[in-house]
Amino acid sequence: MTSITGHSEADAGPSGDMAATGRVGDRVFSGLATGSGVFVVTLIGLVAAFLLAQAVPSLMDNKAGFLTSREWQVSAGDLRFGIADLLWVTVISSIIAMAIAVPIAIGVALFLTQYAPRRLARPFASLIDLLAAVPSIVYGIWGYFVLRDFVQPVQRFVESALGWFPLFAPLTVSGTIFLASIVLAIMILPIITAISREVFDQTPAAHKEAALALGATRWEMVRTAVLPFGKPGVISASMLGLGRALGETIAVTLLLSVTRGAFSWSAFAGGETFASRIANGSSEFDTPLKTGAYIAAGLVLFLLTFAVNAVARIVIERRKAFSE
Amino acid sequence: MAQRIDVKDLNVYYGSFKAVEDVSMSIEPRTVTAFIGPSGCGKSTFLRTLNRMHEVIAGGRVEGTVALNGRDLYSKDIDPVAVRRTVGMVFQRPNPFPTMSIFDNVAAGLRLNGVKTKAVLAEAVERSLKGANLWNEVKDRLDKPGAGLSGGQQQRLCIARAIAVEPQVLLMDEPCSALDPISTLAIEDLIDEIKQQYTIVIVTHNMQQAARVSDRTAFFNLAATGKPGRLIEMGDTAKIFSNPTEKATEDYISGRFG
Amino acid sequence: MSTVTSSTEPGAMPNVAAGLSGLSRGRSVTNSVMTVVVYAAFLLALVPLAWILWTVLSRGYTLLLDQNWWLTSQRGITPRRVGGGAYHAILGTLVQAAVCALIAVPIAVFTAIYLVEYGRGKLARAVSFMVDILTGIPSIVAALFIYAVWVTTFGLQRVGFAVSLALVMLMIPVVVRSTEEMLKLVPNELREASYALGVPKWKTIARIVIPTALSGIITGVLLGLARVMGETAPLLILGPYSASINTSLVDGPMAALPTMIKDNFGQALQPATDRLWASALTLILLVLLLNGAGRVVARFSAVR
Repeated sequence: MTSITGHSEADAGPSGDMAATGRVGDRVFSGLATGSGVFVVTLIGLVAAFLLAQAVPSLMDNKAGFLTSREWQVSAGDLRFGIADLLWVTVISSIIAMAIAVPIAIGVALFLTQYAPRRLARPFASLIDLLAAVPSIVYGIWGYFVLRDFVQPVQRFVESALGWFPLFAPLTVSGTIFLASIVLAIMILPIITAISREVFDQTPAAHKEAALALGATRWEMVRTAVLPFGKPGVISASMLGLGRALGETIAVTLLLSVTRGAFSWSAFAGGETFASRIANGSSEFDTPLKTGAYIAAGLVLFLLTFAVNAVARIVIERRKAFSE
Repeated sequence: MAQRIDVKDLNVYYGSFKAVEDVSMSIEPRTVTAFIGPSGCGKSTFLRTLNRMHEVIAGGRVEGTVALNGRDLYSKDIDPVAVRRTVGMVFQRPNPFPTMSIFDNVAAGLRLNGVKTKAVLAEAVERSLKGANLWNEVKDRLDKPGAGLSGGQQQRLCIARAIAVEPQVLLMDEPCSALDPISTLAIEDLIDEIKQQYTIVIVTHNMQQAARVSDRTAFFNLAATGKPGRLIEMGDTAKIFSNPTEKATEDYISGRFG
Repeated sequence: MSTVTSSTEPGAMPNVAAGLSGLSRGRSVTNSVMTVVVYAAFLLALVPLAWILWTVLSRGYTLLLDQNWWLTSQRGITPRRVGGGAYHAILGTLVQAAVCALIAVPIAVFTAIYLVEYGRGKLARAVSFMVDILTGIPSIVAALFIYAVWVTTFGLQRVGFAVSLALVMLMIPVVVRSTEEMLKLVPNELREASYALGVPKWKTIARIVIPTALSGIITGVLLGLARVMGETAPLLILGPYSASINTSLVDGPMAALPTMIKDNFGQALQPATDRLWASALTLILLVLLLNGAGRVVARFSAVR
C-alpha cells in the first residue's frame, strides 16, 4: 500500500497496474491521432499527385496550347484542348459574384452585429445560415426556372445602356454568365457573412466605446472601430467565398448555356467554367486520354482554389499575429 | 497511509525559463505544510512538482530529487501517472466534471483506474464524501450533476474526488481563493480533520489561513521579476509568524510588501 | 472657438445647450442613410431565401402528400407518366451519407484530437493548414480524385461506395473544425483534475474531454452530413442515376436525390417537372432536418 511503483506492486492501491496499460493506451491513442493528422496532410498531396499523374499523358498528346487554346476536342486520336475560355468564364463569373456578394455580406454582418436588436441577432443569423444549407442543385433549378425570367430585363437594360463596353455587349443567350454570377453571389453570401460577423463581433468593446465617447454616431463608430478591425477578416472571408464560387459545379452547369466556338468577352454570353465543363463531360469519361483532358482542367481548378484558400488563410494568420 | 516527502536541490524549468531554484525541504507525514509568498514566487510551480503535474505544461522539467518515503519520484522507472495516483491534488477553482453526477465525480478516479465493482465504488464514494464533510448535504441527490452544487460544496466534492483514490499526500493549490468566507471555513475545518490521515501541502495567498491551518510554513520569494523563485525560510508556523529568522519573511508577514 | 471660451464663464448655459444639439446635419444624414443601407442589405439577403423556399415548397408539396412518394421508386416510369416515388433516391442519399460518416467521423475526430491535445510545431501547423485547404476543395475536384483512384487506377465501377469516398473528403474538414472548436472549449482544469487522479492522458481524453465536448461534436457531424447530402458533383462523376432501388454500395448504379433532380431537369414534360420540384423539396427537408437537429443539440447541451 505504500509503494508508488505501479510495476512492482501491481495490486497496490486501487488498480495499481494501470500505469503499464496506460502507456500502451497512450501510445495507441496518440498514434491514432497523429496518424489521422498525417492522413489529412497526405490526402492533399495524393490529390495533387493523382490528378497530375493522369493529366500528364493527355497533356503530352495535346496538339493545342493548353493554356492558350479555346478548343476542346478530346475524341480519340486527335487531342486538341485548352482552357483559355474556361479560365475566363470561371474567373469573371466569380468576380462578378464577389462584386455583388461582398458589399451585401458586409452590410448583413454589420446589421447582425451592430444594428439588430440583441435578442433577435441570433435567430436572424440562423436565417442567413439557412442560405448555406440550401443544396446547390436547388439553387440551380431555382435560377433556371424562376430567377432567369427576372434577370433578363435587367440584362436588356444594361445592354442598352452600356452595350458599347465589351463586358456588357448584347448577345442572344438565355443562360448567361451574369445569371450564374447572381446565383453564385447568393450562394457565397452566407459564407462571407458568417466569417465577417465573427470578426465584427470580436471588435474590442474598448475601441467602440472610445469612438462613441468622442461623440461618433453609430455609423462613424462602425467606420472608425469595427471596419478597420474586421478588414483582414472580411478579406479572407471574401477569398473563401471566391474559392467556393470558382469551384461551384452543378448550379453553374444547369444555368450556363454551352456555346462552344462562340467566345465573347461579354458577361451576357454563355460558356463553361472548369467545373461545368468537367460536369458536362462526365458522361464521356471512357478512355484514359479523354478523361485526362478533363482531369487536367480539374487540376488547374484545384491549384486555383488552393492558391485562393491559402491566401485567405495567410491573411487570417497575420491578423491573429497582430491581435495577440 | 501518510508519507514524508524529501526534496533536495530542486530546480524547475519551463522551457529555458528557470521558475524555481535550489529548493530543499522535508515535509512531515500527518502535518499540514503551508507555502506562502508573493505572486510569481514559484510556490504553485513547486507544489506541482510534488506530483509531476508541471509536466502537463509544455516544456516543464526539473533537476534534483523529490523523494516519497525514500523513493525518487523522478527516477526513470516511475510512471508519472502512478505518482499522481499517490499524490492527489485539489485546484484553485472547483473543477467537477460537468458531464458527471456527484456520485460519478467521486467515483471517477477509481473508475478510470479500472475499478468496476458497484459495491466497492458505492463504499468508496460514501467514505470519501463523509471524509469531505459533504455526505449529509448530498446523500439524497448523488445522481444530480456535480456542477449544480454551490462553490464551496463543489470544492469539497473535488476534495472527496481526490481522496477517493486513497492518495498518501494531498496537494492543495489555493483551494479557498475562489470561495466565500463561510465555505472557506468549512474547507479549513476539513483540512484539520483529514490531516490525521494524509500529508497535506497547501499553497495560500492568505496568511491568516496559513497561520490557522498549518503546522509548518515555508516562505518563498523571488529576487526580481524574471528571476527564479527560492525557498527563503521554513519552520514551525508559530515560529515563522512570530519570530522569523529572515528579514524578508518578516517584511512579507507584517505586510510591508507582497 | 467662442462657444468653448464663453461656456466656461458663469451664466453661459444657453451656449452649452447649443453645443449639445450641435451634431452637424451632414453627419446625422450619413448616419441615417447608412442605417437604412445596413437594414436593406439584411432584408435583401432574405429575399432569395424566402423566394427559393417558397418556390420549391409551392411547386413540390403535392407529390409529397402521396404516400407512394415515400414508398416506391421510379422503376418503369417514363417522364411522360405520373406516379412513382423517391424511395430509391432517399435510400441512396441516406446510405451514401451514412457510410461517408462512418469513415469520416473517426478520422476527423482523431485529427481534431491531434490538433488540440497532441499537436505541436510543424506537423500541427501543416495539418491545420491542410484542413483549411480541404475545406476549400471543390467537390468536383474531390470527385475527380476519387475517380482517378477508384476507376482509372483500380479499374472499379462507378458505384455508391465511390461516391461515399468522395463525400468523406468533403465531410472531414467540417467535422475537424467543429470538433476542434469544442475540444478547445473544454476547460484545461478538467484535464488537470483528471491527471491529478492518476488517469493517463488517453483515458482523460476519451472519458473526460470527449464526453464534455460531445454535443458540439454531434452538431458538427449533423451539419457535415447536411452538407454532403446536398452535394451533386461527386454523383455526376461517380454515381450514375438509376430509377430502381439498389441497396448495394458496391454493385450497380445507386440513385440519390440530387441525381434524381438532375434526371428530371432535362425533361420538359409536366410529370417530370413535378417530380423535379418534389425531389428538390424532399432534399431540402432532409437537409433542414439535419441542420435543425444539429442546432437543437448545440442549444441544449453547450459546454458549461
